[in-house]
Amino acid sequence: MPSHTVASFDADLKTLDAMITDMGERARRSLADAAEALLERDARLAKQVIAADRAIDALQHDIEERAVQTIARRQPMAIDLREVVSAMRIASDLERVGDLAKNVAKRVIAIGEQPSPANLASGLGTLATRVGEQLGDVLVAYRNRDDASAMKVWEADGAVDAVFTSLFRELLTYMMEDPRSIGFCTHLLFCAKNLERVGDHATNIAETAHFVVTGEMLAAERPKADDSSAIDLNSR
Amino acid sequence: MDARVNFDIKHQEPTVAAAKIIARDVNVYYGDKHALKGVKVDIPERSVMAFIGPSGCGKSTFLRCINRMNDTIPICRVTGKITIDGADIYDRSLDVVQLRARVGMVFQKPNPFPKSIFENVAYGPRIHGLAGNKAEIEEIVASSLQRAGLFEEVKDRLDDPGTGLSGGQQQRLCIARAIAVEPEIILMDEPCSALDPIATARIEELIDELKSDYTIVIVTHNMQQAARVSQRTAFFHLGELVEEGQTEMIFNNPTDRRTQDYITGRFG
Repeated sequence: MPSHTVASFDADLKTLDAMITDMGERARRSLADAAEALLERDARLAKQVIAADRAIDALQHDIEERAVQTIARRQPMAIDLREVVSAMRIASDLERVGDLAKNVAKRVIAIGEQPSPANLASGLGTLATRVGEQLGDVLVAYRNRDDASAMKVWEADGAVDAVFTSLFRELLTYMMEDPRSIGFCTHLLFCAKNLERVGDHATNIAETAHFVVTGEMLAAERPKADDSSAIDLNSR
Repeated sequence: MDARVNFDIKHQEPTVAAAKIIARDVNVYYGDKHALKGVKVDIPERSVMAFIGPSGCGKSTFLRCINRMNDTIPICRVTGKITIDGADIYDRSLDVVQLRARVGMVFQKPNPFPKSIFENVAYGPRIHGLAGNKAEIEEIVASSLQRAGLFEEVKDRLDDPGTGLSGGQQQRLCIARAIAVEPEIILMDEPCSALDPIATARIEELIDELKSDYTIVIVTHNMQQAARVSQRTAFFHLGELVEEGQTEMIFNNPTDRRTQDYITGRFG
């Protein structure tokens, strides 16, 4: 794309983009660290994740402020307006990702060193890896303004939901087998739900990337395979 | 009946009003210079269409074809066809003075006659024989000033010179003068470029009100103004009409790369 006649406008947009990249990198690292802390029961790493969330929140604040300033000063049109609006939207998705990672980290500290049963750990590991890939892929797709790659992420969210649903069933089974595990399993259930929510934010970012590139909002319903809200204990 | 409001922009395409002005393959030459190249556009009635584009792109040239203002330039030659309500305005039998009464024009710089406020508005209806007596003229002057949103400000000094008004008031006086002869179409060539933001806002508000009775075509360099006041927008570049469509579409997601580069400020 050719440069703006007013060079400082390009600089404003580049800065916004760089801030999104930075924030995305931090959110991704927090998510990965929170997952590792959960799987390894690493309270020290969990504390780091909690501390790192402040910087993510601050970045969201800065991006919003800069986006509002850019709108006020440049009155962006068409692709430029989409860029600025999208930066705000993505910043708020990433801020939520940071919060969700922080919440996982808090639960790691709450459940202490009690290890998870092996297949639960593997399910959580799979979920965390999938979600991490989704988030990483969508951030790269956004950075490259690559609609096709963003759409792949969007379509793959169903698989994340499916892993979550199976984890949900497994956790229910453990809780029914041994009521003493309910506290522990509930924490894990929330951790799994948090990871699944990160997948939804990755999907939101994919929709935003699509909007930036094409100028059109995605009309279709996003693929959903999280059936846990329909699962009834008595029907098992 | 389904009372839901549809917010999807793509479905907001209004039932397209009948085209008031239809231009086909319009070319304009200034001597050897090919200033306007094969313009084709339909301008719907009782709505506002904005022409945007860089200086020298042909938008004002095309605007001036609609009331044959280009006839006044000796080296200027116009080919192609422009119709208003289906009638060819370049037909030999057409009376250009009558045409210009039907198609009013407001210019960049307010240009009131060096006469009183009253006479500025009364002049047109008088020469076009629209009023028989003094009372009718007074009625036309008052209602035109009212429609132009100027009456309250000048009603006690109608005999003062029009040139003594502020720039924004002068421009509204020119609009009152244009609508006094009951035109169907009002052409505006950068009507706000010499006005401050408040006067500009008043003119924009006026344009919005006038569109229920008139077909308005406005040339503007102010993209935000085009986005605010018009229902449809046409982008001109190097003498060509590059893209024309619903204003939301042109400013949110234009089809042509040149349109996008221009409205986002990327033209070299």
